[in-house]
Amino acid sequence: MTTLFTILFDGVAYGMLLFVLACGLAVTLGLMNFVNLAHGAFAMTGGYFCAVLVNQSGWPFFAALPLAFVVSAAIGVVLERSLYRHLYTRSHLDQVLFSVGLVFMSVAAVDYIMGSSRIFIKLPAALEGQIDFFGVGIGRYRLMIIVICGLLTVALQLVLARTRFGSRLRAAVDDPRAASGLGINVPQVFAFTFAFGCGLAGLGGALSAEILGLDPYFPLKFMIYFLIVVTVGGSSSITGPFLASLLLGIGDVAGKYYVPKMGPFVIYTIMIVILIWRPNGLFGRTATR
Amino acid sequence: MSASNDVSTSAMASGRWRISEVVFWVLVLACPLLFPSRYLIMTDILRLALFALSLDLILGYAGIVSLGHAAFFGVGAYSAGLLALHGIINEPVIALVVAGLAAMVLGFFTSFLVIRGVDLTRLMVTLGIALLMEALGERFSNITGGTDGLQGIEMQPLLGMFAFDMFGKTAFWYCLIVLFLLFLLARRIVHSPFGLSLRAIRNNPLRAAAIGIPVNRRLIAVYTLSAFYAGIAGALFTQTTALASLDVFAFEKSADLMLVLVIGGTGYLYGGLIGAVVFKMLQEVFQTITPQYWLFWIGLVLVVIVLVGRARMHRWALWLPNLVIRRLAGRKAVVVVPESDAS
Repeated sequence: MTTLFTILFDGVAYGMLLFVLACGLAVTLGLMNFVNLAHGAFAMTGGYFCAVLVNQSGWPFFAALPLAFVVSAAIGVVLERSLYRHLYTRSHLDQVLFSVGLVFMSVAAVDYIMGSSRIFIKLPAALEGQIDFFGVGIGRYRLMIIVICGLLTVALQLVLARTRFGSRLRAAVDDPRAASGLGINVPQVFAFTFAFGCGLAGLGGALSAEILGLDPYFPLKFMIYFLIVVTVGGSSSITGPFLASLLLGIGDVAGKYYVPKMGPFVIYTIMIVILIWRPNGLFGRTATR
Repeated sequence: MSASNDVSTSAMASGRWRISEVVFWVLVLACPLLFPSRYLIMTDILRLALFALSLDLILGYAGIVSLGHAAFFGVGAYSAGLLALHGIINEPVIALVVAGLAAMVLGFFTSFLVIRGVDLTRLMVTLGIALLMEALGERFSNITGGTDGLQGIEMQPLLGMFAFDMFGKTAFWYCLIVLFLLFLLARRIVHSPFGLSLRAIRNNPLRAAAIGIPVNRRLIAVYTLSAFYAGIAGALFTQTTALASLDVFAFEKSADLMLVLVIGGTGYLYGGLIGAVVFKMLQEVFQTITPQYWLFWIGLVLVVIVLVGRARMHRWALWLPNLVIRRLAGRKAVVVVPESDAS
């Protein structure tokens, strides 16, 4: 029984991490309809930046986390303004080629600068070890991830649903022409959203070094996971991707524990079946855009 | 004069061999005479060209964007490897066809998944199938040899007469003949009314359905055919290099393939062939500059191609040949890459 709880707990932590990593993609891919396979590259950038700050410059972990966010967001906004912007109206094939190119470049560049081996981030002592909670061992680090990611999710949901910016974004996504006719600066809204999504990915990358492992091939290895979150979760709200990442996280952890030999087999099969059953995602809108 | 007659006359007219095509194949035949010491890389180019040709069939003609074409390549490669390793079929040519058929079967069954849904779903499903095959290969490592790959494949002589030599001469001619035959077949298919209907589907599936083209059946047919081609390419890889490892399923393989096709241009069959030559030469150059980090330059090429625009790129590349043709023949430019952006 306790193992079941531990698996559930680890799965939830893993899923929440995936959500923070992928929710930026949910906006670009799901809402703006841009196939950005390079999303993982931003996560990797954040992770490596955090690692350099903590390991080499001696920054405290919690001070480096926001900076990972800021750096990834800054890179995101620069790339969006200079490159991505031109490709919004292009065909999916062009978008795929472009973002795959970016992934290849980031993989080789990080390999060149940081070496090809997996890196770790030195954690503060307070985050190591486990807490015993009614006989269930709970990792402190994972608990922290759940807290941070949970708060972020609530904040995101509130921003999207309650604030003026949220309604502008939803309007810009639903019908860019009508939105700009109403005086909404659509490119600005998109740029800001894109940068925020990249920042979240960077933060997720920094947090994931301990759990997912951070090496130059991170964007390629986890690309499919991000895509699963978005396509299975659908794009009508933030809840869809959130539930999808929780499902994916728990499914993956449980799958690795109970049927280790099947490997990632389970996840891919489930994904294909869901996509066949509901091509717009489990929680998606029925109409295709 | 019925409508179908008109269609076949115009298809036949567009299917006539042009001078430029004949020149192209003569040049290909001249290559082994010009570079007698480079058989290995030329064989590599031929295999890649065949693989790219198979992607062109679905991407350029039917507009299906696939991120997982390596799945079929891998199935072909492993089938050929296993057939040779266990001595089930010793004749390479028959094994080649069997391996292609194995990939074709997979292609047929997965085509039902691919024809459902829009671009994005297709991307995901094709990618998922390739990853699934890779996971399967890892899972059954007792059969596939896991990450080490199949060890100790020994190829029997072709047709019992031509043994594979260490300079790769036999392998080169073997690949060239297979490529040429399959190219002829593909050329025949895309210039047939069937090929025309595929192009109609690519341009507008809804309209194609409205004029009575069975869209789904045509897509299944061409996807299956393309899987067969990719399987043959994979089998050629195993037979000429005597190795097959899990790399054949890797995502990079599918992504590189897209680059090959995009360099050459989609939708006129020669794109994959020209792209394969350019890609391999680029790879050679990059690998001599930075052996470990050539992936960076490949990525850069992809980004630049997309930003410049594929159509514009091809216009630039054809500027010089067209100028020459105009000067020599005094005609309007005759070489154009058809505009065929799959969306």
